[in-house]
Amino acid sequence: MRPVIQVSGVRKTYGSTIAVAEASFEVYEGEIFGLIGPNGAGKTTTMECIEGLRKPDQGTISVLGLDPFRQVYKLQNRIGVQLQQAQLQKRIKVWEAVDLWASLYQKKTVDGDRLLEQLGLTEKRSAWFMNLSGGQKQRLFIALALINDPEVVFLDELTTGLDPQSRRAIWDLVRGIRMRGKTVFLTTHLMEEAERLCDRVAVMDHGRIIDIDTPESLVLRHCPERTVIVDTGDPAAAQHFQAIPGVEGVECAENRFTIRGRGELVTEVIHCLSENRIRVTDFRTILPNLEDVFLKLTGRSIRE
Amino acid sequence: MLRGLLKLTWVEIKIFLREPLGAIGTIVVPVLVFMVIGRAMHTKTPTPTTESFARVGLPILVAILIMVSAVLSLVTIISVYREGGILKRLRATPLRPQTILTAHVLVKLLLTAVSLSLMILAGKRYIPPGVHPPIFSFAIALLLSTWSILSIGFIIASIVPTARFAQPIGAVVLYPMIAFSGLFVPVSLMPPVFRLVAHALPMSYAVSLMQGIWLGDPWSAHLVDVAALILFFFVFTAISAKVFRWE
Repeated sequence: MRPVIQVSGVRKTYGSTIAVAEASFEVYEGEIFGLIGPNGAGKTTTMECIEGLRKPDQGTISVLGLDPFRQVYKLQNRIGVQLQQAQLQKRIKVWEAVDLWASLYQKKTVDGDRLLEQLGLTEKRSAWFMNLSGGQKQRLFIALALINDPEVVFLDELTTGLDPQSRRAIWDLVRGIRMRGKTVFLTTHLMEEAERLCDRVAVMDHGRIIDIDTPESLVLRHCPERTVIVDTGDPAAAQHFQAIPGVEGVECAENRFTIRGRGELVTEVIHCLSENRIRVTDFRTILPNLEDVFLKLTGRSIRE
Repeated sequence: MLRGLLKLTWVEIKIFLREPLGAIGTIVVPVLVFMVIGRAMHTKTPTPTTESFARVGLPILVAILIMVSAVLSLVTIISVYREGGILKRLRATPLRPQTILTAHVLVKLLLTAVSLSLMILAGKRYIPPGVHPPIFSFAIALLLSTWSILSIGFIIASIVPTARFAQPIGAVVLYPMIAFSGLFVPVSLMPPVFRLVAHALPMSYAVSLMQGIWLGDPWSAHLVDVAALILFFFVFTAISAKVFRWE
């Protein structure tokens, strides 16, 4: 796959504060790439260096073959940007914003009205920015980020502060952006968002990239532990469970068995149940997620 | 980028007019001042003082008010836009930074021209008989002065910590300048130190230029004022290019 963003050895400090200590990674064409980590990890600074809004102290960045800082205007024609916590003029109307943005690019822009329709903002066309809901504002920012039919779209903490329903709606929109063949680079501190949306993620903490991979591979690599909970009255069950390859422990309370192991544990347990014809009244699995990966990698929860 | 500049300017004008009090505060108030004071001066038995004030003092005072309110409005808008991340958002487009700021200057100059027209239209009968100000030249003089002093607005907008302080800090910087402008006490009659301060500030040149043009002086008599205002513009613009904060 062709890399559209190449970041190598980027460092950025503000006075004595190190915002980004060292960041190196590549983003490939057509993927949704997520930079994940807690607030203050350096995600936004990294992203703004890539967008050409900040100049890194060290390191090189290439976006679509351009130097984002030196060729910022050329780059801005080809990318779409949504900034964290940005606002528009309070009393600008939705259509005016789209129309203004469309006039700023030197290339052919997409049809603003169609874009508003796709983002469900047609009814709000003449509403002032200040009267939009949080979700509507974010959808408008997505519209502005897409108006120039960009090759790469940058989304910084897109769903922060939104209710779960709007969040899901926005996720669908982002998947839609990828379907149009565009590359999406996003930052988030919501692990669920990264898990559901991103093809690959880079975990960032204290200004450093700790690991990069698909969410599944990261979980598998750093948190291979699996837990299966089985309710059964079968008196022989305990014996059978102990015999499953890879099992590290079986606990029993009343008729509930908690089986711990790694790797292919879930498949093995199902196999064991069917092989031994064990009657089951309940079956649950506890799988680690990116949240656990983060805890493992940094020694603390991302919410702290 | 001309298309973007014009579009942005037009959008900013519309937004300004939607602001409750925005248009009234900045356009109507100076005009009202002119009419109220003009009416008070408009007596059957004018004294030499009131007559001279009505002849040239009042229109220049109001012109200065128009100018200062344009600058204050610029300071407020820029600091609100910075605080809300609007400037940063606009910067993340192919718009050049200077285009964004130029749009605001254009809006303020237009506002100034409208205020002046209103003052002339509404207050025509308070202009004493025998005074026939060259309105067009005077408008140019006012616009030139405003343009020059707006560049201070960007510096003020850079030093205000939050939008809440924009108006008061702007007022603290600008109103004392009026005292040194020569409008109330002619610069030539000031003590030497004050005279130095007056000459170091653009407002004195603005007042001298506008007074002269109002009374029918040719432009050639005010080349120094014009040059000084242009020079101040470039100096202040250079400073604000250094100190201006986008976020």
